[in-house]
Amino acid sequence: MPNLEHPAYPAATLLHLESLVPCRESQVSMLLSIFGERQQFSFPSIFIYGHTSSGKTYVMQTLLNTLQLPHVFVNCVEYFTSRLLLEEILIQVQNCSSETKPASHVPCDTFNDFVRLFKQAVVNQDLQDQTLYVVLDRAEQLREMEANILPAFLRLQELTDRNVTVVLLSEIVWELFRPNTGCFEPFTLYFPDYSIGHLQKILCQNHPPEYSADFYAAYINILLGVFYMVCRDLKELQHLAALNFSKYCEPVVKGEANERDTRKLWKNIEPHLKKAMQTVYLREINSSQWERLQRDEGEPGQLKGLSAHAHVELPYYSKFLLIAAYLASYNPVRTDKRFFLKHHGKIKKTNFMKKHEKTSNHLLGPKPFPLDRLLAILYSIVDNRVAPTANIFSQITSLVTLQLLSMVGNNDQLDGPRYKCTVSLDFIRAVAR
Amino acid sequence: ADYFREGSNDSEDSELRFATCQSLWKQVKLETEQIEEELNKQLFDNLVSFLRRSHSEFQEKTTEWTRRMKSREIPTAALVLGVNVTDHDLTFRSLSEVLQNNVTPYVALLQAKDCPGIKNLMQKLLGQLMNCSVDVDSSEEEDYVEVSQNRIRCSMTSLISWYESVTKKTDSETPSKKRTSRHWQSPPVVVIFKDMESFTTKVLQDFIVISSQHICELPLVLIFGIATSPMIIHSLLPHSVSSMLCIELFQSLSCKEHLSTIIDKVLLTTQFPLKLSEKVLQVLINIFLYHDFSVQNFIKGFQLCIVEHFYSQPLSVLCCQLKEAKKRINSLSHNQCENIRRLPSFRRYVERQISEKQIALLTTDNFLKEIVQKLLEDLNVYHENYFPVLRCLHVFTCSLPKYPLGKQIRELHCACLENRVWETEEYESFLQLARMLNKSDLVTMLQKCVEILVSSPGKEFDKIVEKLKEFLTQFQKLEEACQERDESVSSQKELQKKTDLYHLQKTLLELKESRRSKKLTKFEMLRFEVVDYIDSLVRNYLVPADHKTLHEIVYFSTASVLREHLNAAPRIALHTALNNPYSYLKSQALKSDGGSISNKAPDICIVYKLHLECGRLINLVDWLEAFSTVVMAVEGPNADAASSDQVDDIIHARFIRAVSELELLGFIKPSKQKTDHVARLTWGGC
Repeated sequence: MPNLEHPAYPAATLLHLESLVPCRESQVSMLLSIFGERQQFSFPSIFIYGHTSSGKTYVMQTLLNTLQLPHVFVNCVEYFTSRLLLEEILIQVQNCSSETKPASHVPCDTFNDFVRLFKQAVVNQDLQDQTLYVVLDRAEQLREMEANILPAFLRLQELTDRNVTVVLLSEIVWELFRPNTGCFEPFTLYFPDYSIGHLQKILCQNHPPEYSADFYAAYINILLGVFYMVCRDLKELQHLAALNFSKYCEPVVKGEANERDTRKLWKNIEPHLKKAMQTVYLREINSSQWERLQRDEGEPGQLKGLSAHAHVELPYYSKFLLIAAYLASYNPVRTDKRFFLKHHGKIKKTNFMKKHEKTSNHLLGPKPFPLDRLLAILYSIVDNRVAPTANIFSQITSLVTLQLLSMVGNNDQLDGPRYKCTVSLDFIRAVAR
Repeated sequence: ADYFREGSNDSEDSELRFATCQSLWKQVKLETEQIEEELNKQLFDNLVSFLRRSHSEFQEKTTEWTRRMKSREIPTAALVLGVNVTDHDLTFRSLSEVLQNNVTPYVALLQAKDCPGIKNLMQKLLGQLMNCSVDVDSSEEEDYVEVSQNRIRCSMTSLISWYESVTKKTDSETPSKKRTSRHWQSPPVVVIFKDMESFTTKVLQDFIVISSQHICELPLVLIFGIATSPMIIHSLLPHSVSSMLCIELFQSLSCKEHLSTIIDKVLLTTQFPLKLSEKVLQVLINIFLYHDFSVQNFIKGFQLCIVEHFYSQPLSVLCCQLKEAKKRINSLSHNQCENIRRLPSFRRYVERQISEKQIALLTTDNFLKEIVQKLLEDLNVYHENYFPVLRCLHVFTCSLPKYPLGKQIRELHCACLENRVWETEEYESFLQLARMLNKSDLVTMLQKCVEILVSSPGKEFDKIVEKLKEFLTQFQKLEEACQERDESVSSQKELQKKTDLYHLQKTLLELKESRRSKKLTKFEMLRFEVVDYIDSLVRNYLVPADHKTLHEIVYFSTASVLREHLNAAPRIALHTALNNPYSYLKSQALKSDGGSISNKAPDICIVYKLHLECGRLINLVDWLEAFSTVVMAVEGPNADAASSDQVDDIIHARFIRAVSELELLGFIKPSKQKTDHVARLTWGGC
C-alpha cells in the first residue's frame, strides 16, 4: 500500500488523511500529485467518476478539508438552475476566508457575469497565489442546463485567468458528457467499487466505543455475508449495521454468551438479518418501526409492510372500466368480436397462432386503445345497461390521474383519445374478484 | 332568493320557505362536518403523534455512535385516503388546520398541477412557508419586505436561513408570548403532497434528494397523500431515493363506512324534518357506489334534494320542527289550503272519512287546519317510532346468514320505504331464519334492542321495553331449567348404554319419531313468541311512508329530477336534441312521427340525421346532395326541375354552416385520408 508522500504538506497531516480515507490511498496520492503545491497551477479540470457510494464526495471533501485548501463545494441537484448554481459558487467564494463577513448577494445571470464577478471575488479574498478548487458534485445535472455551462466550467482557468481547478464528480462516464460541439478534455479519474474486503475494512473502522474492534468485525462479517449479495452500497450497509447491532449484542448484554462466542451469536442474528433484508432493506418497514420491533420482541408479522396494502377499493363502474381497459390493452383487436359478441362466427382452430399470442402479449406490454373500444367492451361486460353519463367519462379521467390508466399520444380531444392500461395482471385479478 | 320567488309565483311563503331551507341546510352541514371531524380524529391523532415522535428523535440523540452510523432519513407519513379524490381536499384542509393548531405553524400543501418542475415546487413551497410565518407575527412589517426580497432566490439554503431566523426569533420572545408554548421549540416543517400519484418522478426525486442533504439543519416531515395503494411509492421512487425516507403508513377510514355513518346520523334520525323517499335515496347511493365513492358528492346531492324540495313543493313551509309547523299552519292562506286538499295522500284520507267530515274538510279552512295539525303530529310520532324499530330490526337482520334484508341499515331502510316490508319474500326468509337462531345470539340481540329503544325518545316504547325485558328474564329462567333437564337426559343415556346395537337403533328411531311429534320445547316456544312479537312490531311501525297522510310535505320523492342533475348524460342529451328537435323546441311543426327527416327541422338536425346513415368517412358531395334533396322537398315538386343538377348557393351555404357546427360539436373532423371527405368521430360508424 503506497504511503502518501508529498513535499508540500507536513507528514502528520498526510498520515491523518490516510487514516481517514481507507482503501482510497492510490486515488488520493494521484490527486495530490496533480494538485501540486498550493501556489502551483493545477490541471484546469478533473473529472472523477465511479459507482454510487464509491467515496467520491467523501474523499474530495476530506482531502480539501484536512489539507485546508481553499475550495467551493456545490451539489448540482440542489442548485437546479444555472443561475442558482453560479450564485451559490460566488457566495461560497466570498465566504472562503473567514475574516470577511458574508457579502450581500449579487445577481448573476450569465456565465459572462460569473467570470467577471469570480475574478473580483478571487482578488478580494486574496486567493491569487493559491489554487482554488471548485467541486461540482452530481455533475450530470450540468448537461441539463444551458449548453455553454459545461464547456465553460471545463476551461474556467483559462477564462478567468486565475489559479482555479474545477473538479466534476459524477456517477456516469465522461463519454456521456462530451458535448457534440467539442470541448476541453478534462483529466478523468476512476474510483472503482469497493470490494468486499474494502467494505469490511471501512465498516469495521467505525466500531462503537463500548465494544472491542474484533467483536464488531465479526458482526460485520456476518452482516456482509447476508447482505453483500443484494447491496454493495456502503451507506446502506452502514445504516443496516447500526440498526441491527443492538440485536447482535443482546446475548452478550444478557450474559448468555461472551464476546468470543461467535457461533452462538451467529445463530442468534442470522434469521433476524434475513428478516431485515426482506423488510427494512426494501423499506417495507421503516427503520424506527424496526427498532421498536426489536425492543418489543414482537413478531414482524403483525406489522404489515407497505406492499401488504396493495388492495385498492374502487367504485363499481371504475372496476369494470379498469377491467375493460385491461382487456383492451392485452387483447388484439380482431379477437374482440369473438369474445364480446353473443353471436360470433365459428371459432377457427388456429392453435399455433394462439400459442404464439399467449406467450407474447403479456411480455409486449399494454397496447394503446381508443376510447370507443373501451366503452364498447365496457358495455358488453357489464350485465345491465350502462348509460354513457358524464360520471362514466369523469371516472375514466380520474383513473388516469390515479395512474391506473395512462393517456397515450397527443392531447387533441377531437382526435379520439387513446389510453393504455398500466396495472398488472395480479392487480386486475384482485379487482375482478 | 329571487330565483325562489320567481319560480313559485302561485303561492306565497316563498320567502319563508327559502329561510327554512337555508336554516335546514346549515344544520345539516354543521352536523356532517362534525361527523367528519369525529371520524378523522383518530387518523389525525395518529399523525400528530407520529410527527411528535419523528421530531423527538430529531432532537434527542440516543448515542453518538448510532447517530453517526445511521443515515439520516426524512420522516415520511404515507396517508392512504382511498380513491375518492374529491373528498381529499377537505381532509387535507382540516389536517393542515389541526397541524397548525397543535404541532407547527409551518405547513405547506403542494399539489401536482402546481409543480411541473422542481423550480416551481420550490417556489410554491417557499411562498407558502414564508407567508405563513408572516401570518403568525403579522405585526412586523419589516419581515414582510425581507420575505418578498428573499423569494427571488428560491433554494434550500434560503429556506434554511429563513427557518433559522424564524426559530431564533421565537426563541428570544418565548417568555412574553404564550403562542410558542403550543408549538415546540423548533417546530418541524411539514410538507404535504396532496396527490402523490400525479407528481412526476423527477420532481419528487430531486426534492427528496435535496432535502435529505439538509435534514440536519431543517426538521422536515413529508406527508404523501396516496389515493391508490402505498405500492405507488416504490413504483415512483427508485431504491436509492426511497432509502432516504422513513415511511410510516396511515390509513384513513374507508369511504363506505364514512357514508354509513353519515346516513345513520343525518337521514335516519328525527332531527331533520326533511326525509328522502326510497327512490331518491337509491339514486344517491347508486351514484356513490357505482361512480365516485365521494361522500362530499353525496352530501351535495342531499343539498340539492333540500333545495329542490323547498323550491318545488309549496307546502314545504310545513317541513320544519313540529312546534314551528303548528304555528305556521294557523297562518296558512287559502291558496295553501287548496294545495293541501290537492295532495293525493290527503285525498285518500278524506275519502275514508264520513261524508259530513268530508264536506267540512273540503270547505272550511279552519277545520282543515286543525286536522292537518293532528295529522302532522301523527306523522311525527310515526317517525319517532319508525327509526328505533328499524334499528331493532337491523340488529336481527345484520347477523343472519346471507343477509336476506341487506347487510347495511340503509338497504333495510330502502326496503321498508319501498312497500310493506312484511309482504316481501325476503322478509319471509328472514322470519324463518330468525326462528332458527340459537339462544345466546337471541339474548344479545334482544339486549341490544332494549338499549336502542331505551335511548330513543319515543313515548310508546315503555311497553315494548317491558315486554322485551320479560322475554329476557324468561330466557334466564329457561337456562336454569335447562341445567336441571340436562341431568335427567344424561341418566337416560346411561340406560341406553347397556342395550346392544339393535336396541340402540330401535330407540333412536323411536326418539326420532317422538321428536317429530313431540311438542316444542320451552325454548322453541319462547323463540317463536319473540319472533312473532318482532313481527308485530314491524307491522305496526314500519309502514312505508307513502301510506301516511301528508307524507308529501316532508318526503322528497322526485328522483328523476335528481338523476338528471347528478348523473347527466351529455351524449344522450345531444343526440335527442339533434335527432328529435321537438323535445327541446316544442314547435308543432317539428312533431315527427318516426324515421323520416322533416325539412322544417333546423339545418344542423338534418345534417346530423343524414350523417348517422354514413360510415366512417363521409363524402361531402353526397352529403350535400342528400341535404339539398331533403330541404328542397318542401319547396315542392314545382321547383325541382330548375335545381336538379345545380345546388342553390343558399342551400350550399346553409349546408356548410351546419357541417361546421357539427365539427364544432365534435361529431366530425376533416380527414386527410381522402379528399372531400370528413371522418366521423362518434361511435356507431362501422
